[in-house]
Amino acid sequence: MNMQSKWTQIAILVALIVILPVFFPSGYYYRVGALIFVNALSVVGLVILIGFAGQISLGHAGFAGIGAFSCALLPVHFGLHPAIAVLVGALLSALIAGMIGRPILRLQGYYLAVATLGFGVLMSMVLTNERELTGGPDGMRVADLGLREVLRDMGLKLSGGEFWYAMCGLVLVIGVWVALNLYNSPTGRAMRALHGSEVAARTVGIDVASKKLQAFVISAIYASVAGSLLALQNGFITPDVAGFMHSIEMVTMTVLGGVGSILGAILGAAILTLLPQVLTVFAEYEQLVLGAVMILVMIFLPRGLLPSIAAKLRGRGE
Amino acid sequence: MKSFTTTALATLIAVGAVSAAQAEIRIGVSVAATGPAAFLGDPEAKTIEMLVEELNANGGINGEQVELIVYDDGADPNKARTFATRLVEDDEVVAIIGGSTTGTTMSIMDVAQEEGIPFISLAGAIAIIDPVREYVFKTPHTDRMACEKIFTDMQARGISKVGMISGTDGFGASMQAQCKDVAGNFGVEIVADETYGPQDADMTPQLTRIKNTDGVQALLNPGFGQGPAIVTRNVHQLGIEQPLYQSHGVASDGFIKLAGAEAAEGVRLPGTALLIAELLQEGDAQREVVQGYKAAYEAKYGESVSTFGGYAHDAFALMVDAIARAGSDDPAEIRNALEATAGLVGTTGTYTFSAQDHLGLDLSAFRMLEITNGGWSAVE
Repeated sequence: MNMQSKWTQIAILVALIVILPVFFPSGYYYRVGALIFVNALSVVGLVILIGFAGQISLGHAGFAGIGAFSCALLPVHFGLHPAIAVLVGALLSALIAGMIGRPILRLQGYYLAVATLGFGVLMSMVLTNERELTGGPDGMRVADLGLREVLRDMGLKLSGGEFWYAMCGLVLVIGVWVALNLYNSPTGRAMRALHGSEVAARTVGIDVASKKLQAFVISAIYASVAGSLLALQNGFITPDVAGFMHSIEMVTMTVLGGVGSILGAILGAAILTLLPQVLTVFAEYEQLVLGAVMILVMIFLPRGLLPSIAAKLRGRGE
Repeated sequence: MKSFTTTALATLIAVGAVSAAQAEIRIGVSVAATGPAAFLGDPEAKTIEMLVEELNANGGINGEQVELIVYDDGADPNKARTFATRLVEDDEVVAIIGGSTTGTTMSIMDVAQEEGIPFISLAGAIAIIDPVREYVFKTPHTDRMACEKIFTDMQARGISKVGMISGTDGFGASMQAQCKDVAGNFGVEIVADETYGPQDADMTPQLTRIKNTDGVQALLNPGFGQGPAIVTRNVHQLGIEQPLYQSHGVASDGFIKLAGAEAAEGVRLPGTALLIAELLQEGDAQREVVQGYKAAYEAKYGESVSTFGGYAHDAFALMVDAIARAGSDDPAEIRNALEATAGLVGTTGTYTFSAQDHLGLDLSAFRMLEITNGGWSAVE
């Protein structure tokens, strides 16, 4: 697979984020943009897990839930600043991913999928049922980040939408930069090697278990930060964020765009975030269209949108 | 494929442009028309669509047509916030109705309050209007009021020891907490407090525990969906003789069908006038509104009305009344007119808003109903 040079990809991404607002007719588009960036961030994490290391997770919304509720709970109960809460949430997600990852990642294929799914469902149940703490299905409010006010005092006046567009865009660029660095690092190469063949990877001296665990932990951190950003942006959070459907959505975005391609994953996130907005007129058929898109992509572009199209353009086909 | 997509997109844009061109007064709606809360959002969306048609056919508000923009948030708070932003920023509506669930309401509420757009919620929780937010109103009673109505009835029957079994869904859990909170004011003691998951298929163990608790004089079941129907059947199967109270969450004919007329016999619950439309006495303030809405809805859609559609009916009536009185489509003026609403008769009750009260209903809006012979009757 051809990963164009790191800086080209980052430049394309930054250019898009900066230039697109010129064409925004109203503030609502900033909101959609910010949502795309948040989704893209968790999807980039999944690219590391699925695309690099070749492991599957159907429970990553669980980590998004940890990140989101860290932002909601820590400021209330421990008086932490929301920005610190994002970091604590990410750390917590990493710890939990590290703990459950070791036994879970011994499994493969369907078994791994089901085990991660179990984790996701568990998180969602805890968040839903621990009513005293999390507010249950009615959710709870999330403290304001406060950064917008700081910027305003410095003379930079941004609307809520503009601020979150910039903030999420910035975090996404950092996330992509980290992921691209990882891709070309020894660790990244080891992950990709075990993706190709675990036996071969082990033979050349790669610690397969620890590389898998690293990929799992890193992707959990991505999901957690994305969850935090979502919570802070919405100012309100319910356990839906940790729900099973959210996990599926993340994997769908990853697969749609192309599991091995970071820009592709962002494209996948963009399409699946935009589609429900475009299809509001046909709201009842939304799921149907989503399903049809997925099936068509899997049949005709099995490597995902971006890699397949890129290959076709180069005239090499599948 | 490509040309098909382009055509579809072009059509979409064209449809949008045409409807925008006719816009006069724009009202935005975001409800859960599909998804887990579709039983709330579906009748709500249908009701408002029907009322807008009626209104426009009769000349609109002060001669101006109303354009309705409806989004389906699928009960997802994240989507609801996006749609609320879209309604305010992109569609430039002057008012929003919606938020079928408490979660979606909380999301829409922040946008409405921030942007200064009047918003009437269709969800139950007391947190929506307490503390009062300038631009946020709601039409359904709170679960706290349902508890009070039930305990008032219990008091009248001389019941003081109650066994409670609640769903762990949002509705059930919230009402459970509220009921425990107010029980003392009515001299009622909760002697047993059991819960069940929203997907559970059998509540016999919990009910057996309640049955074996000393001195239980009545059962109370806060919850909605299938749970309460199963509880009702299990109570019947276990031969528990004490009266069973359900919540307003199951105040629909579907509940009687699900529980079975035999098991549901004698079950009491607080409901709105809508459920007993035919039984309303001549001279009842709500009679005309309730029967009118019921007849129109059932004629148009061929399905029976629900309390939830009634909430939407009232929200729309309140909004139209406020816009008419404000005589302008300035959101701030609509809000002021809305807060000055006095004595507007709806299907749920008679609304009188004030600066301190953005629900505007009292306990008289609830009617204590009893299921007899597979139908509803009013408890006097």
